Amino acid sequence: MTSTAAQAPRLEPVGISIAGVNLSYGTTHVLKDVSLEIAPGEFFAFLGPSGCGKTTLLRLIAGFAQAQTGRVAIGGEDISALPPWKRDVGMVFQSYALWPHMSVARNVAFGLEERRVPRAEIAPRVQEALELVGLGHLADRRPSQLSGGQQQRVALARTIVVRPKVLLLDEPLSNLDAKLRVQVRRELRDLQQSLRLTTIFVTHDQEEANTICDRIAVMNEGVIQQVGSPMDLYDRPANLFVAGFLGTANILDGAAEGAGTERAFRVTGGGIVPIPAALAVPAGVKLVFRPQNALIVPLAAPPAPGRTRLEGRLVHREFLGATIRYAVRLAAGEALVDQPHHGGDDQLAIGATVGVDLDTGKALFVAA
Amino acid sequence: MGTVAAPAAPMAYGKAVVPRDWTWPQAVVAGGIGLFLLAFLVVPVANVVFVAFVDRASGGFTLVNFQDFLANDIFVRSFWNSIWVSAMCVVWGTAFALPLAYFTTRFQFRGAILVQTLGVVPLIMPPFAGAVAMQLLFGRNGTVNLLLGEWFDINIPFMEGLNGVVFVQAIHYFPFILLNVSAALRNIDRAMEESAQNLGASGFRLFRRIIFPLALPGYVAGAVLVFVKVFDDLATPLLLNVREMLAPQAYLRITSIGIDDPIGYVISVVLIAVSVGSMWISTLFVRGRDYATVQRGGGGLAKRMITGRDAIMAYGVIILILLLVLAPHFGLLLLSLATVWSFSPLPDGFTLRHYERVFFESGQYITNTILYAGLAGVICVVLGVAIGYLVMRTRVPGRHWLDYTAMTALAVPGVVIGIGYLRTYIGVKLPDGTSMAAFWFMIVLALAVRRLPYALRACTAALHQISRSLEEAAENLGATKGRTVRRILVPLMTGGIAAGFVTSFATASVELSATMMLVQRTSDAPLAYGLYVFMQSPAGRGPGAALGIIAVVIVAICTFLAHLLVEKDRAPADR
Repeated sequence: MTSTAAQAPRLEPVGISIAGVNLSYGTTHVLKDVSLEIAPGEFFAFLGPSGCGKTTLLRLIAGFAQAQTGRVAIGGEDISALPPWKRDVGMVFQSYALWPHMSVARNVAFGLEERRVPRAEIAPRVQEALELVGLGHLADRRPSQLSGGQQQRVALARTIVVRPKVLLLDEPLSNLDAKLRVQVRRELRDLQQSLRLTTIFVTHDQEEANTICDRIAVMNEGVIQQVGSPMDLYDRPANLFVAGFLGTANILDGAAEGAGTERAFRVTGGGIVPIPAALAVPAGVKLVFRPQNALIVPLAAPPAPGRTRLEGRLVHREFLGATIRYAVRLAAGEALVDQPHHGGDDQLAIGATVGVDLDTGKALFVAA
Repeated sequence: MGTVAAPAAPMAYGKAVVPRDWTWPQAVVAGGIGLFLLAFLVVPVANVVFVAFVDRASGGFTLVNFQDFLANDIFVRSFWNSIWVSAMCVVWGTAFALPLAYFTTRFQFRGAILVQTLGVVPLIMPPFAGAVAMQLLFGRNGTVNLLLGEWFDINIPFMEGLNGVVFVQAIHYFPFILLNVSAALRNIDRAMEESAQNLGASGFRLFRRIIFPLALPGYVAGAVLVFVKVFDDLATPLLLNVREMLAPQAYLRITSIGIDDPIGYVISVVLIAVSVGSMWISTLFVRGRDYATVQRGGGGLAKRMITGRDAIMAYGVIILILLLVLAPHFGLLLLSLATVWSFSPLPDGFTLRHYERVFFESGQYITNTILYAGLAGVICVVLGVAIGYLVMRTRVPGRHWLDYTAMTALAVPGVVIGIGYLRTYIGVKLPDGTSMAAFWFMIVLALAVRRLPYALRACTAALHQISRSLEEAAENLGATKGRTVRRILVPLMTGGIAAGFVTSFATASVELSATMMLVQRTSDAPLAYGLYVFMQSPAGRGPGAALGIIAVVIVAICTFLAHLLVEKDRAPADR
């Protein structure tokens, strides 16, 4: 590290490697054989419903939870045995955890003081970090005098000022109102890009994860379900949980039949979807499609090419603005179908029997 | 609404008609409480202050009484002695309390609950009751010094002069610090600590920079309580034969020279000034540092396993402190069962004779105590609920003054209340011709007024936890204010009310400062007074100790009941 604060060196980003982690609290198995590679400089998300173990995994990396088996390495160095204060892993807490007995500047200076950074260097670095989050003018305030959004930025400044090897964010947007959330997540992304800091973001909100992260690990019940880019996960979900957790998924029962190039999925109650030749389809597979990949049509019209016809009754309707979302009860299950809304269009009547024409090219075959 | 009504609409919504936002029953209750506080707190205390500043001959304002006070060596020395003893009690109390509080909230080890419970035990005994037992254990010819002399030929003056007062009081009052610091530590959001660790702090630096500052307001609240209590205490120094302290001086002046001696009043004013002053300083200090509301997570510090050498050290420290702290109880128990105990490490023989004597000859002490403390507890709770309700749920004018006035009783020493009652009511004759100041019920009132702040806090805390929507739901379904209080509020407050009653009862049953001034006949005296009388003579020590043990048992049962009630009340709230 150089002694001039202004030209802070950008450290080379490092990767995080988690291997074979099992963690239990008493009889509760919280993390089950978790292994994960996070690339240097990546913005990575742990996504899952509450209780899925994502926060525990984050706390494990920071050293606040102890695994029974497995190891965590940062930049190739095993840190499993290090106490939290020797890990050099920056964490922003969900509650921000700003110390109420210190001013904003003192909060931000804390980590530098603990690292025995020379006094002359601390003040400019604190100021620089506060400027970075746009709060340079609030250095002398107490945390209690700040708004939620400002507190969140101070917590971020306090963490990045020590130039940690990696940045851990525990649901950082959950205490902000909806409008601020959109703004802050964008700022977080920009900041992460400019610092090139390997970052893990814990959230239960798929939209948050989709909008700012390079890759996502979807977790459920202590198990990593799938790792991939947001689009990957949406377009090629590994299982029904992932399909349903990211976006809206219609899941239809049925069975694969035939062989070779003649293979097709027969949807219970009608409709046939060809299965691409290269695709391996395990037993018990279900057909999944997104609401935008089907059309609602009158029964009289024949299906367009590349589409297969399902029949059902309209049972529910939600006007969403750009689209109208219809729920259609099919023999194979209930399906949600989005119809684009153009001003002045009439809505379809509840109770009508309609055809749902599914784009067979967009259909997914997903194992349970 | 038709067009005709339109012009009237702004009137209906605007500020033109402001309905009265309180009711007459509320005002009547507030007025009654106001009168009570006026008669039994404000006027007596004002009277004491007034007398201190009045020239007896001319009736005009004078400072001559204070000059007399300052000119007299004994009083000045007493003042500094009292300050010294109080300060040292805070120092030693801190030394006892901090390790216990920190170890039990911080580490996961067996017996943490036991330590917390035993740590509070000293509070449930009148400090003066332990004083005599401590003489026998730690005095010049007490058990410890006899053994030390035999083994190492040294003699430590634990109990000589002011040391004795410090020793006994520190052991008695340190739980105030323990309770406050433990609560403060438990309220710290775990993320506060973890974020510091995440940024590289650990061990003692973590404690010094984060944990201690966050727990400091709790510590200060406990410390100032210890300081004030010790400063005001009358009976302990007297029992240890230390007369050169302020509260004993006030008592001695009034009882030996008489109710008209101005020096007693001057000392009272000094006692009040020091109490109020130290509380004021502590509020200044704590102001802006009450962080409890800022922290969201809660949950307390992360508990750690403690192992190996650390565990042995921690247990060693804890056991040593607990032994010391429980010594008065142990000594008192031995004394109450001893035939003769003097110049020997342990009593010569054991007997139940003392208990027999106490029960058969001095039973009135016990019944009086239960009667007085019970009545005082009821008064406290009724006033506490009423004031709490008026402050938090109504807009009766002056309601905050009731609250403030009731709370000021915290800063008024018992001796001052006693002197004030004597002075104010000595001339008031009851129908049977005796003076009102000699009426036993005055003791009850003094006890009630002194315990009111605690009961009031318990009741407001209970009220605070009850969501207003519960009452609004009742009113919405047709219940009047009065019926809502009776059917919704009071049942929901049961735990708080019971806790308030038991705390008042338990502390009132061992209180002596005000009682000592007001007891006119031994037949009217409560247990604490009887204990004091017994302890005056060597022959009375045995029965006195037996009485002390009975007091401890009564208070212990009550405290346990209070604990049960509070726990029971709290249980459904926890998820």
